Amino acid sequence: MILSLLSDVPPLTPLGGDPTLEDFGKDPWWIVLIKVLAVFVFLVVMTLFTIWYERRVVARMQVRPGPNRHGPFGLLQSLADGLKLAFKEDIMPLKADKIVFFIAPVISTVCAFTAFAIIPFGPMVSMFGVKTPMQLTDIPVAVLLVLACSGMGIYGIVLGGWASGSTYPLLGGLRSSAQLISYEVAMGLSFVAVFMTAGTMSTSGIVAAQAHGGEAFGWLPTPGWFALLLLPSFVIYSISAVGETNRAPFDLPEAESELVGGFHTEYSSLKFALFFLAEYINMVTVSALCTTLFLGGWRAPAPITTVWAGANSGWWPLLWFTIKVLLLLFVFVWLRGTLPRLRYDQFMRFGWKVLIPVNLVWILALAGLKVAQKSSYSTTDKLMFVGVPLAVIILLALFWPAKAEEEPKTVQEQVAERPEGSFPLPPMDLQVPVSPRAKRLTAERETVPASTEKEV
Amino acid sequence: MTLLDVALAVAGLLAVAGGVAVVSTKQLVRAGLWLVVALGAVAVEFLLLGAEFAAWVQVLIYVGAVVVLLLFAVMLTRAPIGPSPDLDRPLLPALLVGAAAGLGLAGLFAAAFGRLTVPAPGAGTAQKLGTAIFDDWVLPFEVLSVLLLAALVGAIVLSRRESTR
Repeated sequence: MILSLLSDVPPLTPLGGDPTLEDFGKDPWWIVLIKVLAVFVFLVVMTLFTIWYERRVVARMQVRPGPNRHGPFGLLQSLADGLKLAFKEDIMPLKADKIVFFIAPVISTVCAFTAFAIIPFGPMVSMFGVKTPMQLTDIPVAVLLVLACSGMGIYGIVLGGWASGSTYPLLGGLRSSAQLISYEVAMGLSFVAVFMTAGTMSTSGIVAAQAHGGEAFGWLPTPGWFALLLLPSFVIYSISAVGETNRAPFDLPEAESELVGGFHTEYSSLKFALFFLAEYINMVTVSALCTTLFLGGWRAPAPITTVWAGANSGWWPLLWFTIKVLLLLFVFVWLRGTLPRLRYDQFMRFGWKVLIPVNLVWILALAGLKVAQKSSYSTTDKLMFVGVPLAVIILLALFWPAKAEEEPKTVQEQVAERPEGSFPLPPMDLQVPVSPRAKRLTAERETVPASTEKEV
Repeated sequence: MTLLDVALAVAGLLAVAGGVAVVSTKQLVRAGLWLVVALGAVAVEFLLLGAEFAAWVQVLIYVGAVVVLLLFAVMLTRAPIGPSPDLDRPLLPALLVGAAAGLGLAGLFAAAFGRLTVPAPGAGTAQKLGTAIFDDWVLPFEVLSVLLLAALVGAIVLSRRESTR
């Protein structure tokens, strides 16, 4: 379908307008090739740039210069590192499952690249005389494709960890599979509110839905960006995106102090480079998806469009899109520079017991609001519809019986509760003998003359 | 015989081959990977039939979550690299039972639906699917939800340790 040669079919939307689903799948093959190449180059360049950007920003936060030797501002540092990595010796562990060990980084990278196919960069543009949307492709369920790709990407990590035939990578792989599945649920749920508000799952449709603000209940003006309109979803997405990309403070799958390097401990040379590439591409992808779903996509931010009407046409949107993505990438780096790593159980508890329930309640509330808005009740009824459940919730929260304070257990009780085979405990009334050194010091002090005794 | 038919047949064969490989491989984790191939081929079938939503949900749920969890559980208990000889079952009874079940089901389906022509329902969008589930099939949907919830609660009850006090 994509490769159809129907280049003579006129586009359905005028140049500079929003692409719709009908505009896709009509490109001649060479346009598709150019787009694929453009996305590939964009991602690789973004990866090289982000590595440099991250090192420089973190360095600035830690009051040191960061890489500044290769090229202007050290911009070529990551290119040099990449070349060095490619020419290193490729070590295959003796105990590894050879085929799976080879396939794992490939799965990771392929899934990371594929997910970017549906990210819209801009409106309809004219490319060598052909009018085409600035987006590789779009399907009615585009956002699900991103989720599916990140779900498939887990295989790269799990299998890489397993196939290494070594303990730390296996543990790292297990951790990351648990983490990614948990946070993918939270991430997927945060999309639901967007789907309900935009009425579509296609990325170009979601960007179009954020073009103008709407009105709630017929009188309350609402902002266009879903980040403001659906703030809880945006916050939950942002948190789960950090968990989904294995970034600090959620970088538990590769916690150095616990797991050496995590799932890629045994990887070297180009295979390691592929994992590295996949991680950074995933970072770019979740940032780009966040831009698309919550921050108005490629559209210029509000004050610019009022001053300059042409900001949303032609190739300019590429600039707005890139700026938004870079800002989000900065947040990733900022988090890494600021927050310490979470403990694994805290992290999982946070995902399952906070993010997912809050998300479900929010979706329920939003669905209720939408029903109230669409139905033909009067304004008073609508307010009642919103107000009464809200009042009930507040009353419940206020008068919910507080949890009875448990008396703190004594040491003896705690000792008695320990399961069989625990570490031995020293006796509670242990008298530690005074060390000879301390004795000698005390003895020396006693010889101090009486005249200086006041000062001691 | 159009291109679509050929593609459907190839995807179907791939699914069956993947399924056979799942039960015949001697390597535990590879069996899980063959399951991915089989489920992925089913997703391709959905895609070829125009049911995009079902296809991606299949990838998301089965490939992306169910098999990953399966591998997770296998790796937590034992996941040797290389063949595990104790995976083998007696060949002849397994072949007999497998072939009987497979051929029986195939015959049943062929007899029941083989000559039936169904008008193409058009692309299976999320909206259509949602309307179908929540208008026509809402009772089965709710019953299934309750069943899943019961399974969930049951799993928690079974895995909960008795409190020490």
